Amino acid sequence: MKILGKEEKEGEKKAVVKFGPKLLELLSRLGEIELEDVDLEVGDLEIWLQPSAGVAAPPKVVAPPKVKPTEILEAEFVPPVWEYPGQIVEVKLGATRGEGGTRRNSLTIGGERVPAYYLFEKPTPHPPVVVFDVFDAKIPLAKAVKMHVRDVMEDPAAWAKLAVEKFGADMITLHLISTDPLIQDASPREAAKTVEEVLQAVDVPLAVGGCGDPEKDVKVFEKVAEVAEGERLLINSVRLEMDIERVAKVIKKHDHVALAFTSMDMNLARELNRRLYDFLPKEQIVIDTTTAALGYGLDYAFSIMERTRLAGLMGDPQLQHPMASGTTNAWAAREAWMEMVPEWGPRELRGPIWETVTALTLLLTGVDLFMMMHPAAVKTVKEVIGEMMSGGGGGRGRPEKIAEWVTLKI
Amino acid sequence: MSEREIRKTRAKEISPIDVYKLLPKTNCKECGEENCMAFAAKLVNREVTLEDCPPLLKKENEEAYKKLWEMLKPPVKEVTIGTGDHAIKIGGKLVMYRHEFTYFNPTAIAIDVTDKMPEEELLDRVKRTEDFQYEYIGQDLRLDMIAVRSTSKDSKLFGSTVEKVLRNTSLPLVLCAFNPEIMEDGLVAAQKSRPLIYAATENNWKDMAELSSMYDCPLTVFAPNNLKLLRSLTKTLIDYGIKDLVLDPGTFPNEGLSDMINNFTMVRRAACKEGDDLLGFPLMGTPITAWLEHKGTAEVAMWKEAYLTSILITRYADILIMHSLDGWVLLPNVILRQNLYTDPRKPVAVKPGLRVLGEPDENSPVMFTTNFALTYYTVESDIKSGQVNCYLMVIDSGGISVESSVAGRQLTAEKVAEALKETGIADKVKHRKLIIPGRAARLSGEIEELSGWEVMVGPLDSSGIPKFLQEKWKT
Repeated sequence: MKILGKEEKEGEKKAVVKFGPKLLELLSRLGEIELEDVDLEVGDLEIWLQPSAGVAAPPKVVAPPKVKPTEILEAEFVPPVWEYPGQIVEVKLGATRGEGGTRRNSLTIGGERVPAYYLFEKPTPHPPVVVFDVFDAKIPLAKAVKMHVRDVMEDPAAWAKLAVEKFGADMITLHLISTDPLIQDASPREAAKTVEEVLQAVDVPLAVGGCGDPEKDVKVFEKVAEVAEGERLLINSVRLEMDIERVAKVIKKHDHVALAFTSMDMNLARELNRRLYDFLPKEQIVIDTTTAALGYGLDYAFSIMERTRLAGLMGDPQLQHPMASGTTNAWAAREAWMEMVPEWGPRELRGPIWETVTALTLLLTGVDLFMMMHPAAVKTVKEVIGEMMSGGGGGRGRPEKIAEWVTLKI
Repeated sequence: MSEREIRKTRAKEISPIDVYKLLPKTNCKECGEENCMAFAAKLVNREVTLEDCPPLLKKENEEAYKKLWEMLKPPVKEVTIGTGDHAIKIGGKLVMYRHEFTYFNPTAIAIDVTDKMPEEELLDRVKRTEDFQYEYIGQDLRLDMIAVRSTSKDSKLFGSTVEKVLRNTSLPLVLCAFNPEIMEDGLVAAQKSRPLIYAATENNWKDMAELSSMYDCPLTVFAPNNLKLLRSLTKTLIDYGIKDLVLDPGTFPNEGLSDMINNFTMVRRAACKEGDDLLGFPLMGTPITAWLEHKGTAEVAMWKEAYLTSILITRYADILIMHSLDGWVLLPNVILRQNLYTDPRKPVAVKPGLRVLGEPDENSPVMFTTNFALTYYTVESDIKSGQVNCYLMVIDSGGISVESSVAGRQLTAEKVAEALKETGIADKVKHRKLIIPGRAARLSGEIEELSGWEVMVGPLDSSGIPKFLQEKWKT
């Protein structure tokens, strides 16, 4: 046996390895006890076994001997728990009969005191809500989505019903795209009628979206808010370029909730909230800082949301709102909808996994409300949320369940 | 200040002044910078390394070098797997959140093979892993490693499989076996290629530690859902003399997913925010566990593996072992990885103005897009790959995509009309036809009114531009 000092390690180790003695075989020949004796004697020195050399050279002591551990050295683990000065406000969406509306249930989001799924600090107070997108006029949809809703595309009430009953939506967003002045230019009255129909068809809480034209949207929201008084609709969305006073007042008057939308800029999000605070209590504001698709700016969306949530928890009073994500934007990625060469798989799978990954990435920033489109993506996101909500005790991940993955036969 | 508190300030808040104080201050310019202060600033920004300063490497500056190294070293150790040109670095993270600085060393993805696979299948998987490639905004997205699993429990077979894999790939390896004797046969076969050993556990740690130091290979520590054990094992292994460790707190695909996220988060926070050196190592995730307990079709396991991978990429995994080689499983994940590892300090927008693509003449098409970086690069790459000669106006939409900026009024007919004037495009072409993005179709009437140009509504996606021009463009 040859025992080398540290200095010689680099040069000689390679030589040792090159001749390939099998260390463990040798150790077993030496026997466990003998090895431990050697350990104790020479301590920190590296042990090299080189049977071919035959003769043991005297050890060259270069450092004070140190004993190699023979047992596991126990270390403590203290969860790195922090305190946060801020809290996200709770916002209630939808109202039951007892609460002034007609919904079977209302949904509360927000209330977080710690970053998303830091379950070692605190459990998540309310599960994030998954909302299904429904449109009131024909729009181009990705093939993978269309195949699931083809029969109801002309009928928003039926579409909403399908989403709730078949796809398990917690809530519906009705997009009133027919009101776009550059397309159908449907009147606020017609739009409000559609809202009433959908409220009749389903009994989950409802969000109502406009067409994107700031002037028209205000007019439409005024009418919609009025006919759905007390339903605590999520008005999607209130934006900086709108007549904020007018729309905020109508939301307040008829007891709804504002979705404050800004484009990927925390300062703009703060500004819009500041302006809304003049008319609305914090508990009636949800924020949306823009969702970009995986591959098309998701990194920006991710970091803005992560920073927004952390800032709120660290005490920024203008960012302490539940966050919403227009996850449907995932379908803007060509990889989600485009026919590609076979190696990238069918778009019927690529599309929904694109939406799923976009949603789950943002779930981890703390998003409280997802507006989504594909049934498989909705199902998966709801399952993951379910598992996240049941965790926290630390005992659900049973080691024996995964311990043998190395020998798993696939 | 306690040592813990000092370490807390380590990652992000290093001041160039503190670095400068330790530099030779000779302003010799050997590093290529104007002076030592400029070099200090670049060091803090990780644009250069200590090795770029020749005087610092001299014997008399050894002390300063050591201090600087200590000051600048990342809270998550950088571990190298493989050797030479084919080595891959994992870990080396400076921060917990990407917005605090930027993430280095994108999550390495390893694809598994086993020693019981028929040769044809094994070689096919190795080849597909090597050949995997997706071009995305000018970058090649690829897979990184092969993980060889011992499922036969036959050490000779494991050794010969590792040898076979090495003959067929230059990708670095992870060797997976909990039995040290089997592991050693793998290591003997791979002794020049510094594979990652998977894994040391509560039961085998001592033998694995011997193998790790004997063969000079990094070592993974596996302690599923037990951070006290994980930390105890790293403490023991560090004491044993092992320097390059990788931590696997367990990947739970079903029940326990929340524990998994919890564990990864706690480990990374302890390392980055609390200076815990025992947990300051790269994290490994094993989404291949999605194939455990799975019933039903393979697609179900793939689907689970796909989203589990994405969760792990987002929550701090530095290396992953996967099974699926299917494009739809891998594509979202290599793109997610690219996205999260871009430098968040870089702007979202490109400069507005006129771009001349190819060699356009007075009859060439005129188009526009927005200045959102991703929109612009996608359109540019489609035009270039379609070998189209044209003028492309980049309009300031506040760095937002076409669809969102039309909806949000950052992109209006007025802005388009203004750009047509400002770019002087009317002097460059004879015609007065403007091709607008399909997603800006609703602006067409207004643009025609304001500018007097005839509007042609282009395809919804820029991949359709070459075909569109072929069919519709006549002057």
